[in-house]
Amino acid sequence: MIVELGHFALILALMVALVQATLPMWGAHTGDRRLMALAGPAAGLQLLLIGGAFAALTWAFVVSDFSLAVVVSNSHTLKPMLYKISGVWGNHEGSLLLWVLILAIYGAAVAAFGGGLPVRLKARVLAVQGLIGVAFMAFLLLTSNPFWRLAMPPLDGEDLNPLLQDPGLAFHPPFLYLGYVGLSMAFSFAVAALIEGRVDAAWGRWVRPWTLAAWIFLTIGIALGSWWAYYELGWGGFWFWDPVENASFMPWLLAAALLHSSIVVEKRESLKAWTILLAIMAFGFSLIGTFIVRSGVITSVHAFANDPERGVFILMILGLFIGGALVLFALRAGVMEARGVFSMVSRETALVANNILLSVAALVVFIGTIWPLVGQMLLGRDLSVGEPFFNAAFTPFMVALALILPVGAMLAWKRGSIGRSLRGLVPVLVLAVALGLLAFAMQTGTSALGPIGLSLGAWVVFGALADLWARTGREGISARLSRLTRLPRADWGKATAHLGLGVTLFAVAAMHSWKVEDIRVVQEGDSFPLGAYEVRLDKVEEVQGPNYTSLMGTMTVTKGGALVAVLNPEKRNYPVAGMPTTEAAIDFGFTRDLYLVLGDKQKSGGWAVRSYIEPFANWLWGGALLMAFGGGLSLSDRRYRVAAGARRVPAGVPAE
Amino acid sequence: MKAFRKANACKQAPYIVALFLAVAPAWAVQPDEMLADPVLEARARTISHDIRCPVCQGETIDDSNAPIARDLRIIIRERLVAGDSDAAVVDYIVARYGEGVLFNPPATGVNLVLWLAGPALLLAGIAVAVAAGRRRAAPEVVLTAEEEARVSDILKE
Repeated sequence: MIVELGHFALILALMVALVQATLPMWGAHTGDRRLMALAGPAAGLQLLLIGGAFAALTWAFVVSDFSLAVVVSNSHTLKPMLYKISGVWGNHEGSLLLWVLILAIYGAAVAAFGGGLPVRLKARVLAVQGLIGVAFMAFLLLTSNPFWRLAMPPLDGEDLNPLLQDPGLAFHPPFLYLGYVGLSMAFSFAVAALIEGRVDAAWGRWVRPWTLAAWIFLTIGIALGSWWAYYELGWGGFWFWDPVENASFMPWLLAAALLHSSIVVEKRESLKAWTILLAIMAFGFSLIGTFIVRSGVITSVHAFANDPERGVFILMILGLFIGGALVLFALRAGVMEARGVFSMVSRETALVANNILLSVAALVVFIGTIWPLVGQMLLGRDLSVGEPFFNAAFTPFMVALALILPVGAMLAWKRGSIGRSLRGLVPVLVLAVALGLLAFAMQTGTSALGPIGLSLGAWVVFGALADLWARTGREGISARLSRLTRLPRADWGKATAHLGLGVTLFAVAAMHSWKVEDIRVVQEGDSFPLGAYEVRLDKVEEVQGPNYTSLMGTMTVTKGGALVAVLNPEKRNYPVAGMPTTEAAIDFGFTRDLYLVLGDKQKSGGWAVRSYIEPFANWLWGGALLMAFGGGLSLSDRRYRVAAGARRVPAGVPAE
Repeated sequence: MKAFRKANACKQAPYIVALFLAVAPAWAVQPDEMLADPVLEARARTISHDIRCPVCQGETIDDSNAPIARDLRIIIRERLVAGDSDAAVVDYIVARYGEGVLFNPPATGVNLVLWLAGPALLLAGIAVAVAAGRRRAAPEVVLTAEEEARVSDILKE
């Protein structure tokens, strides 16, 4: 019964979304305030209904209702409760329900907090959101209904893929979706502004918090996924340039670009057309990402051929929304005339450079991701594109970005001077180069990657700090320190996010170049050296988990005779899913992780053991968290609070 | 209902895993495959970092757990011990498993499009930005002598 109520609520939500997509839009066109006022309650009701549907599906998972097809394929009575719940979105149908739930949350948030928005714009934004909701709920109900009952319910389920039974991954999809779907807000604002025929500084201020929120969630989501891959997959990699990862990375890059260009719209009323285009493309890439992941067209051509209707449906949604928005964009090109002029050397130009680099980098990732598909469909050739290509083709853009970042961040608006901006950065430059040289002298290998990464990272990190310091004026130290505490949060946010980027860049280079790997057969009781450490395999024993059996090793790590850690790498077997997994044992450290993996028992006796020293691994995710935290600081700035800026514009300004 | 049975049938395919990552836990290179000579072994690792496992989706043979990946790793080592150059080893594998195993498509023929897309787009982006910058700079207001005088008058006040 509860399941049917959920199903019914979802169908009702589709109906409400239809109303939300049409009547307020018409009201905004004819100036009918009553129709426009319908948008808010409709958005709230939609959230209520989809929330109800989601709760019903969650309930079915919690009580293991095996008359439901999705529950059968993705759950099991023995599964721990956390994974029963995360199983709700650990599958295609449920994750799409989460997708529309988050869409409804954003819609309701605009309705609730968008009090300062002009009535007309708000109605149009909510109508566009409603239209996206219509498309995705139709997709959900027609091709991927999570509420399908089985006529003959089995006694138990088939279990969730054991790889996905992990706390890191339980929360990875919700964050990623909060990011993906958050970009729909930027899209809705862009389309509403195009329909309205008005793009101004106020628009830049309204769209920025939503983009910022989406970008923060994407950052956290990607970091969680990468962290999961690092500790769960068992060889210490953190990024594989897999199509599914790229699907989340492209929107992240474009959202980062949008974040920066909307500053120019807000502060200087320039780059309007480009920002609108970027808002459309960022959401477009979210949809492309959804298409890549949901259709399986690129990871597995086979799955696509089996079930083409889903892929085709998403392609239709993509074509409709992005095609429609681009046509609108072309029709309204005239309203996006730039007001503010700027010279070649200015903050604006630096932000344009940032945008070019980020967007082209996103397109490089896109081309690399679809190239195998192009090869297959257009050229009839079997082509693969993997890590070596992306490392070679993508990295230069990030290096260029890191090089110009500190200089650009300190340039003045409108007309700046590179000389003046560089003057404050001379100590930073010296420090960065010195650190790089020091690392080069200290390391054993001759690879320049690590030292260059350190220099680049230090350049960005200390550049961000220098930028912050430069904002405190020219008086004495104590006056500057006290001013530092009074700087707007947006300044702190900017510095923190840039600093985080520098930390992450350094960690990526460090993990690529200073990793230590050891693969060998070890007898129980024997020890072997790993870098400066000594590792001993004490014993391997069988252990029983809640829904798996495990072979657990006990390994003692010492350094110069002193105990560093006792670690327990495992090989698990999940009998229901019939799948083995490895659980690496990791000793997390500030400057390095010790990463031990237990392999197979050898015929000759002893165990295959893989051990790694992962230098500065924590810095990678620490940097990502700093970026997200910086975004949060910026978001909490008074100037950017969702409705704050809006009140400055007198209500009822007619559309131009 | 029919769609559901199909989705279940896909379970063995990487469909569900592909929701998140198209990779399985890997045991990858086994100790018994490794060569005693560290130089040859290092070359073997470098080569196998760029070879895709033919039956997996986005995994290198260095990371993959599949039997064929193991076979390929062993073939690479055999060829290296026989004295082949790195390029000869790669050619040997491509001749048998097709160019689809190359994770690093060579920058020749139609793959040039792939490799040159980034630089070309970068140049195009810069060109558009510069053109737009020129257009933007053009209508900069030039004051007449009369206006200049008024401005300085106002500023003096």
